[in-house]
Amino acid sequence: MPFSLCFHFAFSFPIKLPFLLSHFIPLESNTSTNPLSTYNNLRILHQVFFFFKFATMEGRVTYENDDLNLKATELRLGLPGTDETDDHEQAISNARNNKRPSPDTTDDCVNKSRSDEAAPVAKAQIVGWPPIRSYRKNTLQPKKTEAEAPGIYVKVSMDGAPYLRKIDLKVYKGYPELLKALENMFKFTIGQYSEREGYKGSEYAPTYEDKDGDWMLVGDVPWDMFMTSCKRLRIMKGSEARGLGCGV
Amino acid sequence: MNYFPDEVIEHVFDFITSHKDRNAVSLVCKSWYKIERMSRQIVFIGNCYAISPEGVIARFPELKSLTLKGKPHFADFNLVPHDWGGILYPWIEAFAKSRVGLEELRLKRMVVSDESLELLSKSFVNFKALVLVSCEGFSTDGLAAVAANCRFLRELDLQENEVEDHRGHWISRFPESCTSLVSLNLACLKGEINLSALERLVARSPNLKSLRLSRAVPLDALQKILMRAPQLVDLGTGSFVHDPASDAYNKLKATILKCKSIKSLSGFLEVAPRCLSAIHPICHNLTSLNLSYAPGIHGNDLIKLIQHCRKLERLWILDCIGDKGLGIVASTCKELQELRVFPSDPYGVGNAAVTEEGLVAISAGCPKLHSLLYFCQQMTNAALITVAKNCSNFTRFRLCILDPTRPDPVTMQPLDEGFGAIVQSCKRLRRLSLSGLLTDRVFLYIGMYAEQLEMLSIAFAGDSDKGMLYVLNGCKKLRKLEIRDSPFGDTALLTDVGKYETMRSLWMSSCEVTLGGCKTLAKNRPMLNVEIINEDDQIDFSSDDRQKVGKMYLYRTLVGPRKDAPEFVWTLSRRWVGTDLVKQHNSNSSKFLTMAGQEKSQKSQGWSKNPVPSGWNCHNIGVLSKNYCTRIIGYEDLKGTMA
Repeated sequence: MPFSLCFHFAFSFPIKLPFLLSHFIPLESNTSTNPLSTYNNLRILHQVFFFFKFATMEGRVTYENDDLNLKATELRLGLPGTDETDDHEQAISNARNNKRPSPDTTDDCVNKSRSDEAAPVAKAQIVGWPPIRSYRKNTLQPKKTEAEAPGIYVKVSMDGAPYLRKIDLKVYKGYPELLKALENMFKFTIGQYSEREGYKGSEYAPTYEDKDGDWMLVGDVPWDMFMTSCKRLRIMKGSEARGLGCGV
Repeated sequence: MNYFPDEVIEHVFDFITSHKDRNAVSLVCKSWYKIERMSRQIVFIGNCYAISPEGVIARFPELKSLTLKGKPHFADFNLVPHDWGGILYPWIEAFAKSRVGLEELRLKRMVVSDESLELLSKSFVNFKALVLVSCEGFSTDGLAAVAANCRFLRELDLQENEVEDHRGHWISRFPESCTSLVSLNLACLKGEINLSALERLVARSPNLKSLRLSRAVPLDALQKILMRAPQLVDLGTGSFVHDPASDAYNKLKATILKCKSIKSLSGFLEVAPRCLSAIHPICHNLTSLNLSYAPGIHGNDLIKLIQHCRKLERLWILDCIGDKGLGIVASTCKELQELRVFPSDPYGVGNAAVTEEGLVAISAGCPKLHSLLYFCQQMTNAALITVAKNCSNFTRFRLCILDPTRPDPVTMQPLDEGFGAIVQSCKRLRRLSLSGLLTDRVFLYIGMYAEQLEMLSIAFAGDSDKGMLYVLNGCKKLRKLEIRDSPFGDTALLTDVGKYETMRSLWMSSCEVTLGGCKTLAKNRPMLNVEIINEDDQIDFSSDDRQKVGKMYLYRTLVGPRKDAPEFVWTLSRRWVGTDLVKQHNSNSSKFLTMAGQEKSQKSQGWSKNPVPSGWNCHNIGVLSKNYCTRIIGYEDLKGTMA
């Protein structure tokens, strides 16, 4: 049964997926300031690929006709730089398939949020490329973070936990990482974020107290704004949580 | 043979300064060899593992200045594990023991410990100059020892080193009696510096010509220092951030006007662009400008600065200057000889900060350009062909397209034709780095045309072994070849193994070379060290020879496998015991030279006792044909430089 399901999925794959992708993958025209939806889109894709993996009956996902540069958006575990051969192949296939954004789209190239999450991570993963001396890299890159104050530590409380924790918001580059860290720290799962319904699919909802003293749902505002306005975090549980997300 | 007494010949040799020339001179005859050897004061050793310190001392007892290079070039890009080697201490120890009168030490990519710096400072009374480039392993404590003990120190030049900073006021360790400083480069230090001690040091150094400060020196301290040293020729600022309306800033502007000799400017490790106008008055004298560590200066500010720099010969800059800025450089800096454009955002998808247009503009506007390092987002064949036509003087051409396998974006072709045009046009090209989508064809061109090429860097290029073979067969003067992530395998590696003894080193990582291939290569080559870097025990040496070797580094050597190799480095070569070889050197050299004038005999009795490989036997001193020159490697090393 699962097999036929996979075939079904695989069959509909070429039809559905482009639609899905054009809807969710932040292509040049995406000016959404909602990073969390991107994160969830990637999760959907990840699940899609997981099916695809089964269908191809191999241990690794292969991207034969990688027209949509799906491999680049694959979420995978592992440290950067461990997958060099893949990167090489992907780099070659990128070149051969002409997957770079054309320089014409000047307005949209400056979309950094895209580069952080959906752009080819492969570039950053090739060890020793581009060939810049580590001294130079270390001198120029951390300049941006050095100048700022030391970490933003906020208390995190979870309903039902005996004690609170503290985390440094600076360590995380965006909501996905923060939420994952919270999940690990407190051993729970957060549901899917959506603007309409908050965190669907679990009993918990991450909230934070902002400068005005109001309790807000994590994920609504851009990450940078969140970092500066968040004073403490609270992971709500149960009915209270659902109440927050309830679209009245 | 000699018509003049030795002293006269020695005096003549004093005028021969280039290493290559001195090597050639030493090969002429026995007495010239001896005279040259006893009078050589400056020794260059391109690979510290090619020879032992004792061997160097034995050959050049009057040595005063030593240059040593350690790790392979790709160590700069984190491809070589941290404790691979390149350790200085044994050299200092040996030199101290033999009472060598060392005065200058220049090191690149070596591991320098505080102990070695301390021993150095105490062992060599006349020590004058220490230049460390891309080294590591020392702290400011070692520097304190050098400052305190080297009474005649003239030059302390720290370039891009990883220094552990203990902030222990090491600058104060320079005694009051130290007034001999000519050059002080502290730019790479990260910690606090005792500013008043630094100021006093500068004040009592009337000969100071070159001063490069670290980030910890703020703008007002710079002003005070400049007041003490208006004679500076080379200045590296530290932090260049201040309120442009303040007194301190105005003072600085006035002080800078007094520094009429400044020809070279660098630093700006922190900079407020509005402060840059302070240096506009001295720009017209500048021949060298390095803004490549200055973050956040926008194209327009850079352009305003560069418009004043008409005499510029060397420019190091970030790609935020943009193609437009490079156009301004091209129209302003007609004397430009060396240009380096570094990426300000190496991993970002980013805007196309500089493209082929900037390079074409430079090539059209700067006829004297001969050295280039250019990081860009894209390059076209047409642009490279135009550059080749405009500028045929290149001696160093390094192009780095940030996406390593990117083809020509206009034609979608590989960049073979572009680079081919470069090597064909630039007949004096000595160093070349490739990037972009490249097939075997580019190597065909390189082999055909790049006759003077000495160093070639290849990454993500080529289709088959033929590529590497074209290069090995064609480039007769090749000394260093480094390859990564390219499909070259055993066939290419093993076709001409004798070639490697004419080269300093070969690096191959993530290629198709197998363990069996490396073993075969090392089998009959006692003059080569074939090292395999076996990180994380990826390779099982007892089993399959068909395993691919992740990283291989081979180099010619006179002293066999090195004894300080860490556990992840495996040397595949026959065992040579170091001291025996030194004895053999000396005895061989006398035997070698007595063959002068004798009938050239292939395998005479004297040789067979010593395990000298067959390549040595065809020596005929006095008549050095080209063939001999390429094969007399080990002895050339012994007589000349370990290049």
